[in-house]
Amino acid sequence: MKYVDEFRDPAAARALVEKIKRDAGDTPMRLMEVCGTHTASISRNGLRSLLADAVSLVSGPGCPVCVTPDGYVDAAIELGHKPDVTLTSFGDMLRVPGKNSTLEKERAAGADVRIVYSPLDAVELAASTKDRQIVFLGVGFETTAPTIGGAIKAASERGLRNFSVLSSVRTIPEAMALLAQDPEIQIQGFLCPGHVSVIIGTTPYRFLAEKYGIPCAICGFEPLDILLGISMLQRQRKDGAARVDNAYPRGVSPEGNRKAREMTMEIFEPRDTEWRGIGEIRGSGLRIRDRYAEFDAEKKLGVSVAFSRASTPCRCGDILKGKILPTDCPLFGKTCVPQEPVGPCMVSTEGTCAAYYKYGGIAL
Amino acid sequence: MTADRPASKDLILLSHGEGGKRTRDLIEGVIARHFANPVLSPFLDSGLLGRIDGEIAFTADGHVVTPPFFPGGDIGRLAVCGTVNDLAVCGAKGIAISCGLVLEEGTPIETLDRALASMRAAADEADVLVACGDTKVVEKGKGDGIFISTAGVGVLVDGWRPAPDAVRPGDRIILTGTMGDHYVAVLIARQKLSLSAPVLSDMAPLGDMILPLLKQFGMAVRFMRDPTRGGVGVTLNEMASSTKTRFVLSEEFLPVRESVRGVCEILGFDPLYLANEGKALLIVAPEAAQDVLAALRRHPLGKEAAIVGEAQEGTPGVRMQTLAGGLRAVDYPAGDQLPRIC
Repeated sequence: MKYVDEFRDPAAARALVEKIKRDAGDTPMRLMEVCGTHTASISRNGLRSLLADAVSLVSGPGCPVCVTPDGYVDAAIELGHKPDVTLTSFGDMLRVPGKNSTLEKERAAGADVRIVYSPLDAVELAASTKDRQIVFLGVGFETTAPTIGGAIKAASERGLRNFSVLSSVRTIPEAMALLAQDPEIQIQGFLCPGHVSVIIGTTPYRFLAEKYGIPCAICGFEPLDILLGISMLQRQRKDGAARVDNAYPRGVSPEGNRKAREMTMEIFEPRDTEWRGIGEIRGSGLRIRDRYAEFDAEKKLGVSVAFSRASTPCRCGDILKGKILPTDCPLFGKTCVPQEPVGPCMVSTEGTCAAYYKYGGIAL
Repeated sequence: MTADRPASKDLILLSHGEGGKRTRDLIEGVIARHFANPVLSPFLDSGLLGRIDGEIAFTADGHVVTPPFFPGGDIGRLAVCGTVNDLAVCGAKGIAISCGLVLEEGTPIETLDRALASMRAAADEADVLVACGDTKVVEKGKGDGIFISTAGVGVLVDGWRPAPDAVRPGDRIILTGTMGDHYVAVLIARQKLSLSAPVLSDMAPLGDMILPLLKQFGMAVRFMRDPTRGGVGVTLNEMASSTKTRFVLSEEFLPVRESVRGVCEILGFDPLYLANEGKALLIVAPEAAQDVLAALRRHPLGKEAAIVGEAQEGTPGVRMQTLAGGLRAVDYPAGDQLPRIC
């Protein structure tokens, strides 16, 4: 398969692994892979155990499902109990725990919750089911935002009055800035998310290198992409430099995808938003602009996303910040397993805990 | 008395399941037409199979696929293949199967007719009799068109028995072909994804390919499973538990069709966990592995067979040597795979 197989080549991968081990020096670099897809790929390809002595890889907050706060799930559940509302969602939101329940459990109890594969499927459902309010659970990052925006625009152009979005869209660089300043984490390099960078380009990470002195490398999701990114970060350390390298030039250009960003910004505007386990991060969320208020489920259907008060022994917050490994959480693999997740990091296939649980950590 | 054969444009009615004239018309006019054979046709309360020489295997299976027809197969063929393959991987040649139909009110007779025609064709291909059956109708909304439940009886290859306890470190894992074809064919047929790919379900009866191996290689073939629901990943985990063995797969050698890989890449699925309906996993003694592989590859269903891993010393479970050279766990998935957000 073109653009995939070249980046999985076993011989090239082995050569890069050897180079990374040679360049490791006495102190392995502490690197954060920000994106959940990286977390899953690193685990699926067995890189964590392979590189255990050469680099310390900690997982960041880049799994959209994992950082969605329980207040959002509770608001969705509240909407789902309105008699004329049909909720539509990406599949992996269904098992995310709210305060007392999940959408999966509420669906079994009678709420109308349907899995869709694209926000546009929800628009089609609204067009064919005029007697119900179709609410799309808009969860995601810069990557998903243009499609959700596009769905709202399509609904607006088609004059659909029964479609709305409960937005929990967020932006990544603001969260990285917070992590860069946290003395407890001590990140020495960021593997920046490939999909997000396809949209936002390379410039939004520059302040991380320039202001905080943290080397950054944007990388794709195949083993060679990730290994190359790690090697580039080692190179920056060797040079005593901090810059934004691009290990994913086949997908990411410096300016990103302008059209997609314009679509996002036509529909959304920045707001402060809560990240599960991390807290509120300034300017890190996207809310629907007033001129599209009729597609904003919060305004239209009168629900609000309450700030989380949850305090459970679950340590998703520290895991999302890279402070501890999943295996350090007292619940991991005991009361918190993929079938019955306590914290959201165990729900999504992109979640740090789920990746550790599914593919194993370092000891195999 | 001759039956009034229901026309194919007719729909299944509740009265087709109430035991009266309509039931008789349906059985004689539609069902018996496909399954006529000396065991079934007397319409006794049981099919009389006569004396059977050899060790008997007995299995049960239920089939609930949506949609009922998809590229490469349908629910009728699935019912036969699923049943005879469960027998075949236990070393048994299917002799007879049952056909329990649960029909939803309002299902077109034509749908039933097509499914049964296909079931008959598959039974002929697998050389197995449909020996008995039952038909029930449920109210509209309480079923999904057609459900078929089956049971199957088979006779074991003389002198061979599944021997999970005989698995030793060094034994090879052989997979008889590509992973995930069936699941992806059905997924695409559901048309909920705006995806098209030329993928056919792999469903096929496996006995003709694997049973001769047992005669030829005997207990060098330790034991076999068919990786249906849950795919190779789940089936191999079950095999690891039952044999208390560590199985290590090589990602490099796992056969996956290009089109299936493409669909998996887009949706974030792992072909390792996707259902197959025409594949078998064999655990084979190392000295016989190459010959077993060669024999499989000579059969039309086994052209893409491969040695995909081996049993090793160490913690029981399933691991994978990845393309990048790393090692990772292959665990049971938690529920169905869900398309990812980003």
